Amino acid sequence: MIKCKQATQMLSEKLDRTLSAKEKINLAMHTAICTPCRQFGKQMETIRELSKSYTKAKKPDEK
Amino acid sequence: MSNANLSVEMDSSAAVNVFQDAVFIEELRTQMLKFAKLQVRDNQLAEAAVQEAMFSAYQNIDRFARQAAFKTWVFSILKNKIIDLLRKEKRHTAASQLEEGPNLSGEALIEHLFEENGHWQKDERPKKWDQPEHGVENEHFWRIFDACLDALPAKYGRLFMMREFLEMDTPEICHNEDVSVSSLNVTLYRARLRLRECLEDHWFQKEKS
Repeated sequence: MIKCKQATQMLSEKLDRTLSAKEKINLAMHTAICTPCRQFGKQMETIRELSKSYTKAKKPDEK
Repeated sequence: MSNANLSVEMDSSAAVNVFQDAVFIEELRTQMLKFAKLQVRDNQLAEAAVQEAMFSAYQNIDRFARQAAFKTWVFSILKNKIIDLLRKEKRHTAASQLEEGPNLSGEALIEHLFEENGHWQKDERPKKWDQPEHGVENEHFWRIFDACLDALPAKYGRLFMMREFLEMDTPEICHNEDVSVSSLNVTLYRARLRLRECLEDHWFQKEKS
């Protein structure tokens, strides 16, 4: 059973590479029972979306 | 008007006015420069890339429409300039040479966040973030986001921005920066850990109270 430390790293690496089948299963089993890591996974995706809109959302001040 | 495009909502003479708004342009330039300097450690090269991007935007002003999209557009020009620069120079300062910087990073950060048994420290467990819709569009959020990015150790910030902002892929980053794939993955993980914590502490939790 993997711990939060490994799970969070996998949740980050998921954005950079394809996880192996074994990693996927381990991760799914972990996040099924771990709310903080589930949050963490969602937040990783939020951070990616935010970064994508970084240069887009910055509007000049509305006048 | 040439280059007629369905999305054009403003004619080019109005668009040129963007350049007459000195405050807006200065602010934009500052942001661009900060962005460029994180990627290209040579200040003069970074300055030059920003100048060129601005100039190229000015010359091609009729290609773009609304002022709201102006930043996106200029930044996309700048991004391409930086990517070109990085490819050409093949790392001015390789990430491997950069300091990790002050604040908790690396193992110290991991130790701070996780118990010895590998579980989250109680206080450090990620909290639920409110739906970003209500807030992230505003200036204040982006100022915090910027501050959190700035607070990242230089190496983290640089690799993170290459991945997330310049959208470079792993082989290219590793080639340019002379880092191994596993080292890149670990650095990105740590950068995201730090950024996540910073955003939660300074925005998402504050919002709630």
